[in-house]
Amino acid sequence: MNLDIQREELLISQLADLLKNDKHVAVGAASPIPGAAALLAKEEAKFLNKRLRVTILHSNKYNNFTDGARELFDCAAQGRIDTFFLGGVQIDGQANINLVGTGEYPKIKKRFPGSFGSALMYFVVPQIILFREEHSPRTLVKKVDFISAPGVSERDVYRPGGPKYLLTNRALFKFNKNLKKFSLCKINEKETVKNLVKVTGFDFDVDNKISQMPNPDTNRINILRDKIAPMVSEFYPEFANRIWGI
Amino acid sequence: MKSFDELSLKEIVDEVQDGFILGIPADYSGVPMKFTKELIKKGVKNLKLYCLPLTTIQGDMLIGSGCVSEIEAAAVTLGEFGMAPRFSEAVENGKILIKDSTCPALHAQLQATEKSVPFMPLRGVIGSDIQKHRKDWHVIENPMRSSGVREEPVLLLPAVQLDILVFHAPCSDRNGNIQIGRRRELATLAHASKKVFVTVEKVLDIDFFEDELSAATCLPALYVNGISIVKNGAWPCALPGVYSSDNEEIKKYSLAAKTKEGFGEYMRYCLK
Repeated sequence: MNLDIQREELLISQLADLLKNDKHVAVGAASPIPGAAALLAKEEAKFLNKRLRVTILHSNKYNNFTDGARELFDCAAQGRIDTFFLGGVQIDGQANINLVGTGEYPKIKKRFPGSFGSALMYFVVPQIILFREEHSPRTLVKKVDFISAPGVSERDVYRPGGPKYLLTNRALFKFNKNLKKFSLCKINEKETVKNLVKVTGFDFDVDNKISQMPNPDTNRINILRDKIAPMVSEFYPEFANRIWGI
Repeated sequence: MKSFDELSLKEIVDEVQDGFILGIPADYSGVPMKFTKELIKKGVKNLKLYCLPLTTIQGDMLIGSGCVSEIEAAAVTLGEFGMAPRFSEAVENGKILIKDSTCPALHAQLQATEKSVPFMPLRGVIGSDIQKHRKDWHVIENPMRSSGVREEPVLLLPAVQLDILVFHAPCSDRNGNIQIGRRRELATLAHASKKVFVTVEKVLDIDFFEDELSAATCLPALYVNGISIVKNGAWPCALPGVYSSDNEEIKKYSLAAKTKEGFGEYMRYCLK
């Protein structure tokens, strides 16, 4: 077997590490990497005699809902989902996310799909993992052009949930709610902190226990390629074909 | 056998008038693509699309064909095939009004109409620019002392009624009950719409209400104004449980629709 770890596989592995304490992980639209990570974490939980429930919205098979598309939001509001993933055209240093577009709303310059369910999910799911592959000054910005969902809220706003992590191609950050700031905790082996400062549009702290992103071990890679990849192809066929040729 | 009169696709298309609020199902709940193409051929104008909660190729085609003046949605996208090019172009050039929303709000506004109450509260959303730009939404302080944790601000959303809903489903029974399976958002859409038309792959000579399983997964005929049998009616979108999406075709569309000319050429071939 070819053990050259692909970029996407490394990201899947990073995300799977963050799901170890969960009982129910849900995955929304346009999220093949988080979807694969959730299924991988579920498979690995079995070895520890733990049960992880995974709901993948765009799958018929890996989906626990029967009450229509609103059930995801009702379920999340009830506190029944531990982790959810959100992305962003732009993400800023206070963890505000923009899924709508760039330029001054409503006279937008470049229009993207829209906010999806972020404006509720960000408030009610305890662990939101922000995931954006591209790590550059145009994606990680000082201030987003449009707030699809705010990173932090006023004290009187009901908000049991919020951002916990931000994962990119280059690094993993932890979000500190009190400081309203990201802290760098893991970096890709090809990266340096100095370069990350250069390619990140916002200021961030550096964790004193900063480490390299670990490569998935052979065991994990085997599970991912043999077992998870065919599952992913059910709901993200293009992605599975591109990464694993199936 | 049938206890209802089957309509032609044209009869359904004729029900859609300029300026109507049209209910749009998501890509996972039965997109009526054949109907959509006939609607474009008819040259309907100024539609207001209400997406539950998003649209893909259906919305993009209607926008690109100049049928739409307004869209309320949480997202318009071609999913794995990238952005919806005609939608993005239309918004960037101010050709259509987009009422940016978020999925649970789109559900809640229809749920208010289902219950015939004037509004529905929703948590979250407060402090976002979505809320800031929605002048039809209001924030109040929770007036209920017995529920809610403290004097928290709560968002109120207006009830929205659709003029017409059209979706595609696997089948109806002989009495016009529609199989929707787990896609219960279709029931929400139907309950909140003045008129509902459904295109189906086939009509079964059974009664869904005779069996608990099928009774629980159907939309009762009481909400349905008309049915037309349209084979492959969701193509190239998927009809969950029956056929999957034609990814080659959607990819072809996504590439063609990047330019106005490419879109025009695609539509000429597609409407033939």
